[in-house]
Amino acid sequence: MRLNNLLAQGKTAIVKKWFVLAIGTYPSDTAKFLKRQKDPFANPVGRTIYHGLEALFDQLLEDMDYEAITSFLDPIVRIRAIQNFSPSQATNFIFFLKDVIREHTQKEVSEARLFNELLLFESKIDKLSLIAFELYMQCREKIYELKANEMKNRTFRAFERAGLVSEIPADTPDLVNINICKEASSDT
Amino acid sequence: MSDVPKPDELLSNIDYRPSRTGWMDTPVDIQKGIYSYAANPKSVEYVGLPYPRQWNPIEEDWQLPENWKEIISKGFRERLDRFRSVKVFMDICVRCGACADKCHFFIGSGDPKNMPVLRAELLRSVYRNDFTTAGKIIGSIGKNFKKIIGARELDLQVLKEWWYYLFQCSECRRCSVFCPYGIDTAEITIMGRELLNLIGLNIDWIATPVANCYRTGNHLGIQPHAYKDMMDFFADDIEEITGVKVEPSFNRKGAEILFVTPSGDIFADPGTYTCVGYMMLFHYLQEKYGFDITWSTYASEGGNFGFFTSHEMMKRLNAKMYAEAKRLGVKWIIGGECGHMWRVIHQYMDTMNGPADFLEEPVSPITGTKFENAKSTKMVHIAEFTADLIKHNKLELDTSRNDHLKVTYHDSCNTSRGMGLLEEPRYVIKNVCNNFYEMPANTIREQTFCCGSGSGLNAGENMELRMQGGLPRANAVKYVHEKHGVNMLSCVCAIDRAALSASMEYWVPGVEVTGVHEMVGNALILPGEQKRMTDLRSEPLPGMEEDDAE
Ligand code: SF4
Ligand code: SF4
Repeated sequence: MRLNNLLAQGKTAIVKKWFVLAIGTYPSDTAKFLKRQKDPFANPVGRTIYHGLEALFDQLLEDMDYEAITSFLDPIVRIRAIQNFSPSQATNFIFFLKDVIREHTQKEVSEARLFNELLLFESKIDKLSLIAFELYMQCREKIYELKANEMKNRTFRAFERAGLVSEIPADTPDLVNINICKEASSDT
Repeated sequence: MSDVPKPDELLSNIDYRPSRTGWMDTPVDIQKGIYSYAANPKSVEYVGLPYPRQWNPIEEDWQLPENWKEIISKGFRERLDRFRSVKVFMDICVRCGACADKCHFFIGSGDPKNMPVLRAELLRSVYRNDFTTAGKIIGSIGKNFKKIIGARELDLQVLKEWWYYLFQCSECRRCSVFCPYGIDTAEITIMGRELLNLIGLNIDWIATPVANCYRTGNHLGIQPHAYKDMMDFFADDIEEITGVKVEPSFNRKGAEILFVTPSGDIFADPGTYTCVGYMMLFHYLQEKYGFDITWSTYASEGGNFGFFTSHEMMKRLNAKMYAEAKRLGVKWIIGGECGHMWRVIHQYMDTMNGPADFLEEPVSPITGTKFENAKSTKMVHIAEFTADLIKHNKLELDTSRNDHLKVTYHDSCNTSRGMGLLEEPRYVIKNVCNNFYEMPANTIREQTFCCGSGSGLNAGENMELRMQGGLPRANAVKYVHEKHGVNMLSCVCAIDRAALSASMEYWVPGVEVTGVHEMVGNALILPGEQKRMTDLRSEPLPGMEEDDAE
């Protein structure tokens, strides 16, 4: 596990580079802000990505605990799932780590023939990306659910509790609900 | 964003590098999940706004009136003359960038055109071109020179950009807090949206509530009998929970006070529990002190989506509350937990429809407190009213009935930055519950982050936008949730209650949303009440879980 040691030693530089590439997916003015502003409440996107990547890198150096990984990966993916990215763009930041590591360890890998270790490490990164994809889909599904239920959840539920919509099936489209509610209530 | 790309689009899609062009050369790209649906022509027509028609924001042709440029230009000119603030804001920005990273939509979306300075620049660039001498002279030399002074001509692309980004601003004014010149981008958005309305470019989530409110008195178009049915149901609920029968009065002439609240409190969860809280409070005061208040099924909306349309529409919808107060002959008005209703009253009502000289200066009949701040508008926020009651020891409270809640408080942009209501809600909360935790200082009070869905942006189709805008607020909630176990986010605004519920579901599951008066209702000991087993949501109270299971 010589490669691991090498990576552990270079952690700060590697994470920093990974972070810079990840925020390079945003327009340059935005990327500058994401990098510069260190207050986590003024810059939730930048700080969430930075802390997440740092913790994920630790996980890659260790045994890859699924729970821990999700807890660090979810906040990043959750943010990117609602920004103006396609699915591949939203999750591509994981693969940037491969470039960073290859560059960082190039010399040692070829001199000390660490290719196997490198492959092993890269397949861990692949696993990470699969988890990211799962999380991405969960976030998207949540968004669709919120969209579908927005009206129903709030207004419809209140009317239903009041017994004003007893005859209306649950899947009636949004605005129709209200019109029918009026009729239903005038019957009572 | 989420659509599966066609094969030929795929290659360009997986290229992660964002465009490197300057903002003026980056064409607008109207995205699903960000834009809201176009206004239903029936709603536009109903309130007499111009150019009602079917149109679709993602189609090339917006079916604009032929002379749209002329209409906008004339409207722009008129507003520059009419609103001194807008003219000043157009001229004095030095592009220092202090506001740039203060907008929740920029912070959450990462889209540079959501920086307040650029949002304003969208209009300012046209202003420079059409209304400044430099713009006219340099413009006559050639198009390329215009860019040097940040000017450009209004064309279809620019118009689309206006529309797209003016409906990504919630008019929250956070940016103005940081601008050394006090430039208020919200005012620029308000003016920009007015211009768009001149050529029929509103969104449906605003236009239809406006039409409904104009016709039936509330945004949802609920008629008086349904309003009363809902309240009857709440009264049954209260009886079940407390054993006490409350009987609110409606449209009663000669009552001392009129109560007006956003319709969301009557018709949308979780605001309904806040409404139950008001009803219990009024009953308590009536029993103990002979308090005399009436609800109105006609002025059944405190909110005012006219504010997001035009000054005229805002005036029209605001007037109906006062007309109802006049009709019923009340002395003054208490307003429920609402945000923009208060901004309208605090900043605009007096010069628009005021002074309300047929009403009396509000004095609490119970404590004798004069609400001097409401001298002219004659309307008092219920948080002020209740804080005053507590201060004078007029309420009997059992705070342990809120012990299952760990509460934080979200300042609505409108009540905090729009009217300075900062302490009263906190005072009430701290007196009705035992576990209160503030969010970090740069996310509350004057610096509060918008819920992400204000100014008519709380539709369903633009959920991604709402989540982007809601991120900074949610991020601060997440912090107190993890640090202190906060499980309840309280607020005094009906839009917050609806918007934050969705935001919490996505960003911080495990945190629910409540109005302040729901917690008042939980704690308030009604005369003659039975032992309470549940809170107002019919959830077992702490220590009552087992009794409940028996
Ligand atoms: S008013 Fe609020 S939403 Fe609009 S630009 Fe300023 S900070 Fe952003
Ligand atoms: S802070 Fe004020 S002066 Fe500076 S860029 Fe923003 S609007 Fe312009």
